[in-house]
This record gives sequence, C-alpha cells and structure tokens, in this order.
Amino acid sequence: MKRLVVTAVVALVLPSSALAACPELRSLEGELMCPTCGTTLELSNAPAANQIRRFVCERAAAGDSKGEIKDKLVADFGPGVLASPPKEGFDLLAWLLPVLGVVLGAATIAVLVVRWSRRGESEPGPDEPSSNGRAELDPALEKRLEEELARFE
Amino acid sequence: MTAGRLKLVGQIAAIGLVAALLALLIWKVAGGSESEVEGLGSGKTPRAPGFKLPRLTGEGKLSLASYRGKAVVVNFWASWCIPCKTEAPRLEKAWRTYRDRGVVVLGVNSQDVSSDARRFAKQVGWTYPLVRDGPGDILGPYAVAAFPETFFVDRRGKLVARIDGEVSEDELAANIERALT
Repeated sequence: MKRLVVTAVVALVLPSSALAACPELRSLEGELMCPTCGTTLELSNAPAANQIRRFVCERAAAGDSKGEIKDKLVADFGPGVLASPPKEGFDLLAWLLPVLGVVLGAATIAVLVVRWSRRGESEPGPDEPSSNGRAELDPALEKRLEEELARFE
Repeated sequence: MTAGRLKLVGQIAAIGLVAALLALLIWKVAGGSESEVEGLGSGKTPRAPGFKLPRLTGEGKLSLASYRGKAVVVNFWASWCIPCKTEAPRLEKAWRTYRDRGVVVLGVNSQDVSSDARRFAKQVGWTYPLVRDGPGDILGPYAVAAFPETFFVDRRGKLVARIDGEVSEDELAANIERALT
C-alpha cells in the first residue's frame, strides 16, 4: 500500500517538476506520443510517458538538439512515437493529400461556378419574347393570333 | 472526349474510390480485432506467432523458429514496468533450473528506451537471451495489452499457456512442465 501511494505521488509530481527543470520538455510534449496510451505526452501520466520525459530532459542536458532527441526516440520506438508523421517518404502523403484535396475541391467549385454563370448568360433575357421558357410561335400562327386580337379591339 | 463521356468516367472513378476506401476500412477493422493467439484460454494450442528480432545486447537477430525442439518461455517486459522487476529473479531462476532439460527463456523488450532496457537487464542479472521490439510490432499478434506477460511454447512451436501480469514460481514450474510434455 505504501509503495502504491509513493508511486502515485511520484507519477503526479514528475511531469510538473520535470517541466520546471527542463524547458525543452514543454516544446516536445505535444509532438511526442506515449507508446502505451495512444495520446500525446502532455496528456499522459503513464510510466512509459514519464520515462520518455526523463529521456528528453537527460538528452537535452547532454546538449542534444530537439531534432536529435526525436531521432533517438524514433530509433527506439519507431515513427509512431511522433505525434505527426515525418515529412519524407511515404509519410509525406499524409501532409500532401489534405492539401491536394482542398486544391481539387476549390478547382471543382470554381469550374462549376464558371459553368453555371455561363449557362445563365446564354439564356434569353427577361425582355425577349420567349422569356416564358416556351418555344416561339410559328410566324403564320402568330399573324393569325394578332388578327384575332385586332378583331376584339 | 465529349462532356457526357467525361462525366461518366468521373462518376466511375468516384464510385471506385469510395469502394476502395470502404474495402480498406473493412480490412482494417476485421484484421485489427483478430489475434493469432485467440483460443489459447479455451484449451486450444494455437501456433506461436513467429518473430525475428535484434538482440537487446550484442549483435545479430534471434528468431523464435530457431528454438524449435525446445520449450520456450517468452516473457514480454519493459524497464518502466514495476511487476517486471519483481518477477525478474523468478525468470532467471527458471532459466537456470530448466535449461539443461531443453527450456529457453526468451525476454522480449518492447515500448522502452533501449538504454534503460539494457541497464535494467544488467541490474536484475538476466543471463538468458533478450531481444528487442521497440515499436511493439509483435504485441498485436500475441495480443499483449500490458506488461509483463508470459507465454509458454511447447517443442512443436505451439502455445500452451499464457500468464497475464506477474508470473509466480509455481506458475512457471507448472507451465514449463506442460510445455515439455
């Protein structure tokens, strides 16, 4: 029981004290995943997450850059330890596809808008005889209709 | 190409894309829930999923298949796991006790910082073979959800038992005998 309490206290205290002692951790916590819990480091208090926090601080104290620390973690845990996929190789698709999707969507909308606006322009205006959408009358029929109307005037 | 034909090609491509994404989803969902060791608890003895992993200390790789003909105790562990430390001497004792009878204890270190893992192995004094699966690629096939976890493989490469959590001396002895028969 005593061991359990001590473990719990250490688990709760470690992240905040580590953050104070190691500023590099603050910038990396959101970019690294806890390997056992599927969340970023900043959202986890799991032992595996605390181990990575300690590793980050140790390597930063030894003079490693952020990139070097990440490379070492990828060598140990695989690319899954990174919260976002690397911008190279096959993983580059994860960055390119959303942009491609947005560009294709915008292009489709642009093409449709142009097409619809052209269709609107080619239709007859409201002041033209056939604005009711019906076919124009045969000239003979139209002449006869005018004669009939004249008889009523 | 006429406008109508272009439209038809576009529609076919869109349907094909949706069908491909749906097939991918079904494949991932169906594959994700399937483990090769299912049925072990209900008396079945499935084949132990194979692996070939780099040694934790030293050069080269070790494969489970290379121990065919021997009973193998496969123990999954990590240096940050407290029960792994508690059970460590029992595994070492089992290795020393049963190795002459054709038993191998094989430690699989996973989801761990490699330097911490090597330090841990040295501290607890393990002398049996240790391999490393950093990303945890074989945790899925073995359905390992937490550490430690211990599997017992018989001489024909079949799984005969698994112990979730810390393994006791009695459990080690009983299951090693089972794997030897």
